[in-house]
Amino acid sequence: MHNVSLLLLLAIPLLGSLVIFALPTGRDLLAKQVALVFSIATFAFAIVLGFLFKVSDNRADRFQFQGSWTWIRSFGVHFAFGVDGIALVLIGMSTLLVPVVVLASWNSFDSVADAEEIAAENAPKRSAKTYFALLLLLEVFMVGVFAATDVFLFYVFFEAMLVPMYFIIGSFGGPRRQYAAVKFFLYSLLGGLLMLAAVIGVYVSAGTASFAFTDLVGHVPNGATQKWLFLGFFIAFAIKAPLVPFHTWLPDAGAEAPAGGAALLVGVLDKVGTFGFLRYCLPLFPEASRYFAKPILILSVIGILYAAFLAMGQRDMKRLVAYTSIAHFGFIGIGIFAFTTQGGTGAVLYMVNHGLSTGLLFIVIGLLVARGKSRLISDYGGTARITPRLGGVFLLAGLSALALPGMSTFISEFLTLLGTFTRHKGIAIVATAGIILAALYVLLLYQRTMQGPVLEKVKGFRDLNARELFAVGPLIALILVLGVYPKPVIDIINPAVKFTMQDVGKTDPQPVSAAQPGGHK
Amino acid sequence: MNAAHGIQSAAWLLVVLPALSAAFLLLMGRRADKWGHLLGAIVPVVLFGYAAMLFFSIKSESGQGRIRDLHLFNWIPVGGFNVDVGFQIDPLSLTFVLLITGVGSLIHIYSVGYMSHDEGRRRFFGYLNLFIAAMLLLVLADNYLTLYVGWEGVGLASYLLIAYYYNRDSAATAAKKAFIANRVGDVGLSIAIMLMFAYLGTTSFNGVFAGAGNLSHGVVTAIALMLLLGACGKSGQFPLQTWLPDAMEGPTPVSALIHAATMVTAGVYLIARSAPLFNLTETGRTVVTIVGAITLLYGCVCAFGQDDLKKVLAYSTVSQIGYMFLAVGLGPGVYAIGILHLVGHGFFKAALFLSAGSVMHAMNDRIDMRRFGGLAKVMPITYGVFVCGYLAIIGFPFATGYFTKDKIIESAFDKGGTSGWILGLAALLGAALTAFYMTRALLMTFHGAKRWEDDVHPHEAPRTMTVPMILLGFLALVGGGALTFGGGLQNWLEPVVGKPEEAGVHTISPTVLLALTLVVVAGGVAGAYLVFGRRPVPVTQPAGSPITVAARRNLYADAFNESVLMRPGQWLVRGLVFFDNKGVDGAVNSVAAGFGGGSGRLRRIQTGFVRSYALSMFAGAAAVLAVLLAVRFS
Repeated sequence: MHNVSLLLLLAIPLLGSLVIFALPTGRDLLAKQVALVFSIATFAFAIVLGFLFKVSDNRADRFQFQGSWTWIRSFGVHFAFGVDGIALVLIGMSTLLVPVVVLASWNSFDSVADAEEIAAENAPKRSAKTYFALLLLLEVFMVGVFAATDVFLFYVFFEAMLVPMYFIIGSFGGPRRQYAAVKFFLYSLLGGLLMLAAVIGVYVSAGTASFAFTDLVGHVPNGATQKWLFLGFFIAFAIKAPLVPFHTWLPDAGAEAPAGGAALLVGVLDKVGTFGFLRYCLPLFPEASRYFAKPILILSVIGILYAAFLAMGQRDMKRLVAYTSIAHFGFIGIGIFAFTTQGGTGAVLYMVNHGLSTGLLFIVIGLLVARGKSRLISDYGGTARITPRLGGVFLLAGLSALALPGMSTFISEFLTLLGTFTRHKGIAIVATAGIILAALYVLLLYQRTMQGPVLEKVKGFRDLNARELFAVGPLIALILVLGVYPKPVIDIINPAVKFTMQDVGKTDPQPVSAAQPGGHK
Repeated sequence: MNAAHGIQSAAWLLVVLPALSAAFLLLMGRRADKWGHLLGAIVPVVLFGYAAMLFFSIKSESGQGRIRDLHLFNWIPVGGFNVDVGFQIDPLSLTFVLLITGVGSLIHIYSVGYMSHDEGRRRFFGYLNLFIAAMLLLVLADNYLTLYVGWEGVGLASYLLIAYYYNRDSAATAAKKAFIANRVGDVGLSIAIMLMFAYLGTTSFNGVFAGAGNLSHGVVTAIALMLLLGACGKSGQFPLQTWLPDAMEGPTPVSALIHAATMVTAGVYLIARSAPLFNLTETGRTVVTIVGAITLLYGCVCAFGQDDLKKVLAYSTVSQIGYMFLAVGLGPGVYAIGILHLVGHGFFKAALFLSAGSVMHAMNDRIDMRRFGGLAKVMPITYGVFVCGYLAIIGFPFATGYFTKDKIIESAFDKGGTSGWILGLAALLGAALTAFYMTRALLMTFHGAKRWEDDVHPHEAPRTMTVPMILLGFLALVGGGALTFGGGLQNWLEPVVGKPEEAGVHTISPTVLLALTLVVVAGGVAGAYLVFGRRPVPVTQPAGSPITVAARRNLYADAFNESVLMRPGQWLVRGLVFFDNKGVDGAVNSVAAGFGGGSGRLRRIQTGFVRSYALSMFAGAAAVLAVLLAVRFS
């Protein structure tokens, strides 16, 4: 197995990142162009892989484009890559977000700033070169973390992702960027250390002398060991996702990160947590997963409601979006731990859609903040009158966040609820209340910023230009198209979810009346 | 179920065409300002033409052959959950398609004139077309999940149109309120769909209705009640009714089309469509009738406390839909009467709203009836149309309401037993109150001395507005008679909602009841005339009796929502924000500080310098190495 496709997919952004780092300081435009070209090339290649991916219920086809090279022989660590449907669609979403972020933050960090900004106290670092190089480096690790099929390699990427993101927040973020970056880093590091211990524990207890995912599945002994190892992985992923009560780093990091960084942080990095539940927690620790499912479901539902209420109470737009994301992760959580194909597929689709939708929301808020120089909701009012395009995009982003039927987010949210309902009716019904709260926080935000009397300071805003429209356009188009015709993506996800459910030893509950086929009288 | 063929296979155009037109109008921006409204107005006319052709193609079939299914594509296939997008073309959906595109066309044309001075007219037509697309999807869907997409789509269009004057805080707030109330209903619809899947493994109308017989009574009732919750949200029924009167913040054509004739009746459609489910649950149907009876009286009482003409009509809509709920709750045989009243109401309420809009247009957008009076002479056409609508709604002999509403009263009594008497009397009392508040509105607006402010110079509306008004006024007068002629609509709907019940035993003889109804209606008219017709109307609102005060404040429904839901909700949010900042995050910060050996050291970590970052990375790496070694040598 030496398929180099995925290696190549990693190499493109890595090369781009190195090229940008090598550019002389001050060549902003060139750096941006290189970043755009390489990120689009990466996305195009990911799409090609999507078309080559064979949709098949055959277990042998679970991982495709597999390539494995020995890394640390004595531990059985391999440089091993391969994607199942879940990883593939997440890679597709991530590689789409990067060029979008590049376009959206085109002028944000030019090394020549206007005098006002230089004079501003505590202004973020200005170096387009560093920023875009870090973005592409981050992309390498994001793709790697989804594509790794060796648990140790996964861990390495999992930790490596922190580094570029730490600098993106800490150097290019808002006024409290350093506090936020360190908080983000410490939280993640704590989770990472727990996971590392658990990774080693899995290696030892499975006794297969290999870190390869497929070698480990089914070999972690049942009982107390499995439960402890599960918790190690689970807490690391729960911090990353984040699930309540491990969430308090996200509002700070999401608010202080530059808009593009926040889009990738919440859109992609957080998905690694929920991806980890599905890829590692369920298949490696089936018994423990079933054992802990109920408390996790309850925690997820609490998260849906708790974070939604908190979102309503925020005065800072980006903090608000960060809290909505925590609520959304609750839906992903119930979808995964309901152990049904609808819940699982819904959760994966949710990860993709949430990346698109929240990415869009963070980007459009970033565009608004770039005009108003404030993240406070109260500093805006009646903006849609002055900037109808920005208002329209803002509304579409909001509607996708509240999962309006007809948009892709509705399908995933409904599937997670439905998949949960067939097994845990009470939990699904409580979670459904979340759709009312979602409408509240989205429409409150929209009303306060975009509707109502036009504020004086808003009057000078300029509407979205062609570049900005070009950045948000693909996300909007995809959200709408996947809302009407999600089948191609669902078809890719379905088999992988089915294998995961087999790993965890659960089958879908059957409809009660199916016992009497036909049902005609 | 037969597959659609011939001209029926193009039914997807009914949704795609207005959706494309909406997208085009909204994306084109100001470039399309000059002609955008014409494109927007022509779309429903074309659709109406096509719908008429569909009608004849279905009419040429007979019995179950009139139910046609148009499969479009596979939408969501996940394991046992497999939803297709498809349309069901049958007498029920076609009735709605004709109503939506027919009344829709007239209101679109009216809007060309009504909105002619508005700089956002193109955007307005974009939203209207979006509404048409979503509403047609709602009524054409052949499964509950596709219906749900249309269901929320009309909610979105309604939100956008209520908030059309979005720089007004009141409009933005009313729009949000409407959307949230609808979302509460949507929770019901979602749970109903999940129940269907969990118990029957399908969400298609066919599959659900075929399997429903195998379900326990409890499950069927649960599904029915959840559907009812959804219907209450959309149709402004008790206890989710308070958004509908506020929705009058939108331009008047919107009130006519969406918040009177079509969208708000979607709840009635949902229940009639789900007739095979409701037929199985007596409890479910009883709750529907109770909701209907409470709402119809509630709407009447509130309507008579309003001085705002549009609000009177809005509460009247709430009340009239209550009649429809009452009808469809009465079950087998009466569904068709509910739909009959729905269509008739679509005609006469649209006529009333459009003439109210014409009055507003003439009075510089003022809508306080205390400042009207004597408009009959200045605006004879508007007055005539309003009178047509008025006669129809109070059930004047041979006007529409006489054929549709009186049948509901009759069916309610015919239910028999104590509940039959209670429902029947409620419906009868409603008829009297309707006559009362409508007469009050008619007198205050068009009769008596003129009470206009000095700066208004009322005039008759332009022809683009009066022609659609006249047509609707005509339909309001004769529509009911035409639809019931020879059992018309009821027979037409039979393949979907079942046979019209052959009235075997009447609780009260129909002739007696008819006379009784006419007497109470005449009483209502006379009462209103005595109070409002013979004395001058005060320009400022008098103090009024306690009942009047309560009616003005919609029987304290808003006050209830505010004190029981909104305020505590705000307290909860504030409390949670405090808890999250000080409690959860505070705990985390202090634990971190504890590990770091005091907050001072934490602050030093937070300096964010590369050096300290590198240091912590180094510490991490050292830990990794140590663990690896430990494992290696153990």
